[in-house]
Parts: sequence; C-alpha cells; structure tokens
Amino acid sequence: MRATVNQGRRQFLKVGAAAGGGLVIGFHLPGVAEAAEGPAKLNAYVRIGADSKVTFVCGQVEMGQGVHNGLAMLLAEELEVDLKNLRIEQGGIDPAFGNPRYIGFKAVGGFQATGGSSSIRNFGNKVRHAGAAARFMLISVGAERMQVLRSECIAENGHVVHKPSGRKVIYGAIASDAARQVAPDEPALKQPSEFKVIGKSTLRHDIPLKVTGRAVYGLDVKRPGMLIATVARCPVFGGKVKSFNAESSLRVPGVRKVVQISSGVAVVADSFWAAKKGRDALEVAWDEGPLAKVSSADMYSQWAALAKGPTAAERLKTGDVAAALAGGAKRVEATYELPFLAHACMEPMNATAHFKGDSCEIWAPTQAQSWNQHAVAQATGLPPKAVTVHTTYLGGGFGRRLESDYVVEAAETSRAAGNVPVKVVWTRDDDLQHDFYRPASHNVLQAALGADGMPTAWRHRIVGTSILQYFKTFGHFLRKDGHDPTSTQGAGDYFPYDIPNVLVDYVNNNQGVPSGFWRSVGNTQNGFILESFVDELAHAAGKDPYQYRRQLFDKPHAARLRGVLDLAAEKAGWGKPLPSGVHRGIAAHFAYGGYCAQVAEVSVARDGKVKVHRVVAAIDSGWVVNPDTVAAQIEGAIYYGLNAALYGEITIRNGRVEQRNFNDYKMARMDEMPKVEVHILEGKGEQGGAGEPGTNPIAPAVCNAIFAATGKRIRKLPIKPEMLRT
Amino acid sequence: MATTLTLNVNGRAHKVSVEDPQTPLLWVLRENLGLTGTKYGCGVALCGACTVLVNGEPVRSCNAEVSQVAGKNITTIEGLSRDGAHPVQRAWIAEQVPQCGYCQSGQIMSASALLAKNKSPSDADIERAMEGHICSCGTYNRVRKAIHTAAAMLRKGA
Repeated sequence: MRATVNQGRRQFLKVGAAAGGGLVIGFHLPGVAEAAEGPAKLNAYVRIGADSKVTFVCGQVEMGQGVHNGLAMLLAEELEVDLKNLRIEQGGIDPAFGNPRYIGFKAVGGFQATGGSSSIRNFGNKVRHAGAAARFMLISVGAERMQVLRSECIAENGHVVHKPSGRKVIYGAIASDAARQVAPDEPALKQPSEFKVIGKSTLRHDIPLKVTGRAVYGLDVKRPGMLIATVARCPVFGGKVKSFNAESSLRVPGVRKVVQISSGVAVVADSFWAAKKGRDALEVAWDEGPLAKVSSADMYSQWAALAKGPTAAERLKTGDVAAALAGGAKRVEATYELPFLAHACMEPMNATAHFKGDSCEIWAPTQAQSWNQHAVAQATGLPPKAVTVHTTYLGGGFGRRLESDYVVEAAETSRAAGNVPVKVVWTRDDDLQHDFYRPASHNVLQAALGADGMPTAWRHRIVGTSILQYFKTFGHFLRKDGHDPTSTQGAGDYFPYDIPNVLVDYVNNNQGVPSGFWRSVGNTQNGFILESFVDELAHAAGKDPYQYRRQLFDKPHAARLRGVLDLAAEKAGWGKPLPSGVHRGIAAHFAYGGYCAQVAEVSVARDGKVKVHRVVAAIDSGWVVNPDTVAAQIEGAIYYGLNAALYGEITIRNGRVEQRNFNDYKMARMDEMPKVEVHILEGKGEQGGAGEPGTNPIAPAVCNAIFAATGKRIRKLPIKPEMLRT
Repeated sequence: MATTLTLNVNGRAHKVSVEDPQTPLLWVLRENLGLTGTKYGCGVALCGACTVLVNGEPVRSCNAEVSQVAGKNITTIEGLSRDGAHPVQRAWIAEQVPQCGYCQSGQIMSASALLAKNKSPSDADIERAMEGHICSCGTYNRVRKAIHTAAAMLRKGA
C-alpha cells in the first residue's frame, strides 16, 4: 500500500464453516463480547458457499456514498473474484463491525456507525485482510486437491489455477476444506502494481436497484400485521404533553390507537393517511417548558455580547496575540454569523419496530446501529442484546441518522400499541422541525498584518451552540470549561496558516436548540470563516488571494492543502480572463482526512441574485478505491454546501422552528447547480475521507468570488439578494 | 365507509378499497398495492420524489387524490420497463447518477415523460422538465447528462 491505513484496535481473523458448506471469514475483537449466534454466523465478513457464491457482509451502511461497493471492490481485489459476481449483504450489529474510528473515541453504547468519512480508511485494510486470508487458504487447499505444488498456483477469477498445467478448481469445491485451515495472521496483501479493481471506476451494485424502484429504504419496510403511526410532538423544544383528547382522532376511519410516548402522542393506524388525519384531529395540551420564548434573533444578540466577554475555552494558543494585534502595521476585524441548518434528507425520518416483550426488532435507515441498539435498550429496559437492528438503504444521512430519536419512537410506539409492529413515519414538517440542527454561531475575527502584508496575529472567538451537549455518545469529550471539539473543528484542531501568534477560543452557549452532526460538522462553519477572513486579509494586503494562501500554506503540515490549492487554481485557469461579469473566488480546507480546494466562477445580477457558473475542485484523500465515487462525493458535497450558502437557514421563534417544508426551507434545483469539475490528486500521504471534505470550500469560494465581483463581503449566511442588490 | 375504486397501474387493473377517496395516490400505490418504488418526500408537490405518469404526464402522486385518477393510466417506476431496460434507466446506470437514490424514481419518471415528447432536448428543456425535483445528494449534473445519453439512445432507436 502506498499509504498507511488506520487499523484501530487490533483484531484477529477468524475462520469458520458456513451453514450448508463453505468458508466464512470474520474477525474477532479481543475483549469485546461476541455475538451469541455461534461460529458459522459469527463476525462474517466473507462467505464462500459450496455453490461458489461469494457474499460480502458489510457492517457499514449505504446512504449514497458508495461504501458498500467501495469495500466490495477491496474484497474482490484480494479474493480474486469478479466484482459483478460478489453479493453484498448489509450486516447486523456485531463487535467485528465496530468502526475503528469510534472504538478509538470510546463511544458510549458501542462502535458500529457510519460517519466521519471513515469507512474506506478504517475498514479498507480489514476487508483486504479478510480477502487475502481467504485467498491464501483457498490456494493451499486447491493445490492439495490438484496434488500440485502450492508455489505453482495462483488465484484467478474465483478459481485456484495451477499455472504450469492450466488446471483449475473452483472456490466452491474447496471452500469447506479451506474452512478447516488456520487463518494466516498476516496474509500478504496485493501490491498496487497487481491491482485489477482498486483505482478503477466500477459500476455501483446498488444503482440498478435504485433506477427500478427495488431498493428498500426504511419507509419501504413491510412487516406482517404492521401498522403506521405519526407522532404529535411539542412544537417547542423540550416541551411535554400536559394532556390529550383522542376522541376525534379515534373517530377517523383506520385509526386504531392513540398512545403517549416520551416524545409526544402517537396515532397508530392502518395507513399513513389515516395516521396523519388522526394526528390532525388530535387535541394535545402542551407544557411548553422553559424554552417557549427562545428565539434565534435573541441568541445572536446575546452571543455578540458574550463574544466581548472575558471568559472562553481556549482551543489553540501560540505566541502572544494581544501584543501582536497591538503592534501590527495594519489591523483587520470582522464578525461572521452562521445559521442553524436542517439536514433535509430526501427520505424523512422513519423507523419500524416490533417490541415483543422480551425483545425488540428494529428496521431503520440508520447510520448508527449500535447506538440505536443502546438507545432502544435504555428506553425499553431490555438488555442491548435483545434489540436487533436491521438496516435498510438510507435516503440520505448527512449525520442526521447518527441520532436515535426516531428509532426510539418506533420502539416505544410498538410497545404502547400492544406489541404490534409499527412503522413511525415523519412528515417533512416533522423532519424539518424536529431535527438536530447544524449549530449556529457568532464569530469575531481579528488579525494584524506586518509591513509585508502577511498576518502576524490571528484571533478567532467562536460563540454558539454545542453538539456534544446533545450527543451523549461522545459527551465525555465536552470539557468542563465548555469546550466542544466539534465547535472548534476546522478552526483550531488543524490550523493551516503559517501565522506566529494565534488564539482560537470558544464560548459554549446552548439555549435549548438540539444540535447535531451535519456533513463535515464544525468545518462547515469554520471553513467558511477561515477562508473568507483570510481572503479579507489578502485584499487588505493588496495581494492576490491565491498567492496569499500559497504563502500561508508554507509549513509542512499544510503541504497537501497547498497541493490541492495549486491544482484547483491551475485547472481553473486562475488569473486568466473570464467572460464579462464573471469573477473567481478560491478557498481550501482540510476536513476528515481530506484536503480540498475549490475555485468558483460567479456572477451577481443587479437584483442581487447570485449565479455560480462553474466550480473546479481538487481533492487529496490519499489513495483512491473508486475514482468515480470520489468525484460523485465531491459533486454532492459541493451541492450540499452551496445549497446551504444560498438558502440554508433555520430560524427559531418562541421556541419553535419557523420553517415547515421546501417552500420555506428552500433547496437549490437543477438550474442552480454549477458545472463541477473534480480533479483527484492521489497523494502519497495518509489516507483520508472523501464524503465530507468537499462540503467546506464552496461557501467561501463563492463568497470570495462575490467580493471580487461586487466589493461586498458576505459575513452572514445564507447569502441574500438584498445584501447584493445595486 | 370505504370506497372501492379501480386503478389502472402499469397496465393492470387493481380494485382498491380506501376509507377516504381524497387519499393521495402515493399512499395507495405504496400501501395498498405495495409499489414502494414511488417515494414520499414532502407531501405537498415541492420535491418531485413521488412523481408518476398519469396518461403519460408527470404527476405528483402525493397530492393527487386517488379518486381523481381512477380509470386513468398510471405508470410507476416499477412499470417503466421490465428489469430496467428503459433507455432512461440504462442511461442512469451508464452515468452512475444515483447516490442515495431516494429521489431518483421521480426524476426518472419526469425524464421519461420529457423524452417521450422530445428526443433532442436542450439543457434548457431539461431544466424546465426537471425543475420540480430536489436531490439533496446533488446529482443534478449527472441527471442532465443521463437525459442527453438516453435521448441519444432513443434517437438511435435503442
């Protein structure tokens, strides 16, 4: 391998016999309780049947990021089977599927979750090891079967082949015998020069299912006797049911039961339409609680005051910022504000549960199987192992489905409705109004420039909501002084610029708005702020924004960022003429192991309407498994970040979210999608993620282009035409 | 009191019984007929995920009352072709359009309706036909490209 792959905690290969004959390869994680199913089903990553069918069991979930296919490519490579003949099966909960990223984090409630752009970089090596071990054992057994020298045999297209004679034996014929072998502890992985699959764009296996309507998402789950429920939740965050009157609701034909659960009142019916009409008819008196007067407008003004206060949790401190700020040749100050954002997954939240007294089965489009298991166990009093989670395809995730609220609702509703299978369906209003929002923040930036125009001091104070106050799985990372690493992520954990005096600190001020992970997390805010403010500094210094950044990305830790910056600038033709009225902006940011730079070409109409014509992106995430998937992830991340920059804004008034559907939580459509060019810089550095890094540079690149076009600096998102009208 | 209606879906007549004749077609397709390829996204015809064809025209099934479409010819993603052979579906695979895929049934139905009338659509034609669709994975450029690819297949008689 050209790059190191994070293996996390050491795991050991395990070999077993498949039910009905054949070979199973899995992993054993020492010190973690194993699932109770017995060796044949235990920890399976790979199954080779007596019929030669090869199944890859994937613990990671598929939400569009192409990870089922990507990991299957790694297995096909090492196992020497045709990717097209590889079956991919969604795995259940198993310690062997624990995400090394979260094992390292000591997550409360288990480790199996898909997020943080982690699947390929954290599971890639394990899957390759499983494939290589199976190949090793199959070659041994195949050589024995053919009574030839092992050293004269190779694995090829699902067979062990004796090179000199051309004789071969199919995997299925020897899989059972291979199952009696001892797994090699360190099977030799293929060298990059031997790769047939890795690094080539392959057709994703899930796409034929998704163009024919056959892919099963959470909302598509069908269970015998299943009922459908909608839940009336208090519109005010943290509010509770005071009382309810179900009479009118129960008169709606098809409504079976109206039951109270911890998040509100569930209307359980034969059909969605009956459940929805039943909820419309329901009368609930709410105890709105202490947040009934909270508004986002008030939060911003309070945060502005807190930003001037003496107390904050330090994240990054080098040199003497106060002295350097006082002594600079030029001083630049600015305030940046970012809004709450919803995730707006196209598939609204939903889950199906069947509580059976001593066990509970869940079917869910989830990113977080083991956290769901833990949450359902806590809510129902069942032991975790009595909770089974079946994962469907996800109609979008973006971090929203790392939460367990919607899964717990289904389990509680199933129990309250009399232990019947129930699917809880959220409407779009529910989905937008009861999200865990990307935090909002108020930021004060100060910098001093030296005589050469380069910054000598950088001061960034962040004031805003905290994710980890809500996300208890990682709650132990919340420092006593209030520091939340997700809030300073991208501002202080990795600081790319070569500036001698830096102070980054944070004031945690949560006013009850549930905050959650949103594709790229803190980077989505801080990437915008850093790369906008540095653009301000370049202009204050009278320097070219691209060259200014180049100079600031001078230290070794920023070399890869400079690499993508150069590539994006070159491919975009930085400095070359553009059509009249079109202007460029550039930005670069590191997130989740990936370095991404983008150049946006933008025009601004007289009415203030912004048009993004083209975006040229460069990404360095280390070695690449499926280039087309990386390109798709960057295209999608650019859309997600651009959509937020143009439209994304959740506002709170009287403790309630004001937006209800796509009319007031607008999403950009096809005519607003710029042309996107993705250039992959396959660097030799440590492997990183691909799903999230592309989200961050787009907003600053666009706003920097707007500044180039109009001389107006956007310091508050979303961009509104009235800010730019001339 | 339940109402019984006849729905012509994908070339077959189905008798369905609904409590409320105003029930949106979407839920009857999904829950009564088990055709879950048509998706729920917003419930108010803003996102296009629920698009089906009614007499060949794209219709948002989330706000089409079932009683209004009884007797008409309804085509869902399941009925667009046998086994994904429709040029739009093949083009969607060739251009690797879907990510999460949730909105794609609706996008494919709108694209097929466009191409049934116009086998050489311009970018502007495509943007007009597809403006009712939201894709939070941001697959728009691939959708546009795949429509051109499918159009080329159709022009060649593929």
